[in-house]
Amino acid sequence: MNKQISRLALVGIVLISALILATTYWQAWAAGGLADRQDNAIQQVAQYTIKRGLIYASDGKTVLAANKPTKTADHILYFRRYPKGPLTAHVVGYSTRFRNRAGLERSENDYLTGANGNLGAVFSTEIDRLKGQTVKGNSLVLTIDANLQALANRALAGKCGSIVATEPTTGRVLVMASSPSYNPNAAEKPDFLQIVGRIKGGCDYVAPLLNRATSGLFTPGSTFKIVTVSAALDTGKFTPDSNFQDPGYCTEYGKPVYNSGNPDQNGPEQFGSLSLFTGFQHSVNSVFCNVGKELGAATVLDYAKRFGYYSVPPLETPINERAPSGLYKNHRLFRPKDPATQVDPGRLAFGQERMLTTPLQSVMVTSAIADGGTVMKPFVVARVLNPHGKTIRTTKPDELGRAVRRSTADEVTKMMIAAVTGGTGTAAQIPGIQVAGKTGTAETGVNHVNTTWFTSFAPADAPKIAITVVLEQQHGFGGTTAAPIARQIMQAYLSRGSK
Amino acid sequence: MARYTVPNADPYLLPMAGLLAAIGVTEIYRLGPNDAFKQGLWIVIALVLFAVTLLALRHDYRVLESYKYLFGIGAILLLLLPGVPGIGTTVNGARLWVHVGAFRFQPGELAKIFLIVFLAGYLREKREMLAQFRPKDVGPLLVIWGGAMLVLVETNDLGSALLFFGIFLAMLYVATDRLLYVGAGAVLFVVGAAGVYQVVGHVRERITIWLHPWTDGPVYCALTGGKALRQDCQSYQLVKSLYSIAHGSYGGTGLGKGTFVNAEGHSIIPFINTDFIYSALAQELGLVGASGLLLVYMLFVARGFRIALVATDGFSKLLAAGLTFGFALQTFIIVGGILRLIPLTGITLPFVSYGGSSVVANFVLLAGLLLVSNRANTERL
Repeated sequence: MNKQISRLALVGIVLISALILATTYWQAWAAGGLADRQDNAIQQVAQYTIKRGLIYASDGKTVLAANKPTKTADHILYFRRYPKGPLTAHVVGYSTRFRNRAGLERSENDYLTGANGNLGAVFSTEIDRLKGQTVKGNSLVLTIDANLQALANRALAGKCGSIVATEPTTGRVLVMASSPSYNPNAAEKPDFLQIVGRIKGGCDYVAPLLNRATSGLFTPGSTFKIVTVSAALDTGKFTPDSNFQDPGYCTEYGKPVYNSGNPDQNGPEQFGSLSLFTGFQHSVNSVFCNVGKELGAATVLDYAKRFGYYSVPPLETPINERAPSGLYKNHRLFRPKDPATQVDPGRLAFGQERMLTTPLQSVMVTSAIADGGTVMKPFVVARVLNPHGKTIRTTKPDELGRAVRRSTADEVTKMMIAAVTGGTGTAAQIPGIQVAGKTGTAETGVNHVNTTWFTSFAPADAPKIAITVVLEQQHGFGGTTAAPIARQIMQAYLSRGSK
Repeated sequence: MARYTVPNADPYLLPMAGLLAAIGVTEIYRLGPNDAFKQGLWIVIALVLFAVTLLALRHDYRVLESYKYLFGIGAILLLLLPGVPGIGTTVNGARLWVHVGAFRFQPGELAKIFLIVFLAGYLREKREMLAQFRPKDVGPLLVIWGGAMLVLVETNDLGSALLFFGIFLAMLYVATDRLLYVGAGAVLFVVGAAGVYQVVGHVRERITIWLHPWTDGPVYCALTGGKALRQDCQSYQLVKSLYSIAHGSYGGTGLGKGTFVNAEGHSIIPFINTDFIYSALAQELGLVGASGLLLVYMLFVARGFRIALVATDGFSKLLAAGLTFGFALQTFIIVGGILRLIPLTGITLPFVSYGGSSVVANFVLLAGLLLVSNRANTERL
């Protein structure tokens, strides 16, 4: 019988070997895929045994996201708490126990849970795990200035809109406000969406969860003239002194396009003979309409792309929370195959047509002009700290590319200064500091209800801050509603900087 | 006691059983200290019965052979016990339990050993006859096949049926060296099981869960009567257990560091300390620990078969081979079910799982192996 017994023994050993192989399959091969499954209840808990890294404002002290330890039978779990509430809700986002995440909490999850970073960080995380200690994530220090952000939020209170401010020479995002905001501490509640739904704002489409700064698409109106005038000068087809005749309208496709349709323009209805410089200063549509016709839509769009239009602006927040700017058709980015026939160049030139722009894109244009024509990559995470507080990564300023020549940028700067000193943007003047800016007032289709803009930088000769303010459903104009807010924030920042 | 009664027995088996039981109690303690105390008590009872078995049979366990039909009948009675109204209990869709007052017992565990004793005796007597493979000898084979099917229908549990029939085929093969029996038996079993599959919803459900534990869209959920994703309904347990195993990865979370309750304090995996103890161990000990555990089982099985090889008489060889293969097959059926190698069935992991009947039965099984081993080694000296 021994032959049979030996064979049976082999069967027994093969059976148990199969178990070892199957265990290897699940623990080594399939583990990653299973961990990612939405219904993985183990992961839902286990990831909160990790003490997530904190998120700080630019001072490295103001805590924007902290941990709240909760004891269960197995572990101490660390859930999120947001001490500053709505202050930076759209940038920081939230992370709940059911793995709903938004903002940096979502996109920087690997750093915050210590799962990513450099080799040393991964190594120390594994050591902690082996030693049975609580795994601690890496902390983030943002570029957001908490005081300036608070000021921006106060300025936006009761309104729908957004404020984005950057440091033009580096691309550091100083302010990224979106109104109305929400309290990320409520994200944990089962009726979070109802709570958010009850938030009221000064517009029809309230959408408090939307980060208007990066995914709010607005008609840029006259702020787009910065792009058009950059194209006009950079191509060499126009100079600031190029002369135009303004009869109060511009003729396109045999029909007049009237200036009177432009609530942003100031001064007389008909300027008669004027220069491109004056046309920019007073935001005269007929001038830009003619510039657009002369350049052609393709050239204007090409320059827009150089400033970052038609691509999703780089930032550390999740990609689905950022939208590309450009022409839109049926709620989708429209890339005309033949711009000459498909796009109205005159209306495009003064920021109508179907052009839509995010506040972030707008401030990128302004920053580029301020920085002598180079587009800096915007960033919101300044540093990553390991659990002991040591910096393991510092974001270095990075150029996205050159939009226009330095000489073009300097000439556009002069025009923008003129717009503030004696044009449409006088409300942005700061005593003792030269401000360069451009207003925008885009009609919404409802009479006397406009999307108002102001985008500017200061000091004009050595820019420290660039800012875009956009407000929805306003009865005033860019120069009267948005410009004073921009001035207030620039002034607060610059007066502090000089101390 | 082992040293006194079976001085020449295999020296590895008892320590390995002790190790497995210790791992089991440790993990059960980690999952629920109260259960660990009860399990400890059961181990004490099991050790007493282990000692009683050794003492009673220390002179010559082969007297059992004379009572083989008693064991056969006993096995059948034990198997039928859960079906008796009033004391039988259905747990998780399978009828495996007997309830007498506060006392719960799974008679199938003991029936397994009784069956092996019966088969060892019966096959030793009839092996020459069976080996000639005459048509009239196929009768008893069919009877036992019928019995396995009865067990399947009776208990609603594919795992027990597979275990009993598997042991039977293995012992039949050892006794007769006829692979034809195994082949025919396997075909009959598959045919029978397919028939039962058509009739018994519980078995059908187990197969469906095994093949398609995840669904993309909602399917009919028998538990609620509504529609739900299968991973949130019938295969909830299997899927959560797989998540648990996967979470262990290579090194495991470490004992006591695993995750078995959610943030609200509710248990994530039902039956974690009985049927699913392996997924708890795999999470906390990782691939390294789980493989180590399985290697202990493999060693145990290897030593068991070694005993069968060195045993001198047919009854002893069949007994040792049957006990060892039963042990191996049971381990395969439950762990293989958890690992989705085969449909999941609710039987216990020998020595490790929480459960009195299982611990007692396995220590008695161990006693049997030690007795055979002792005799064989003593004769060789």
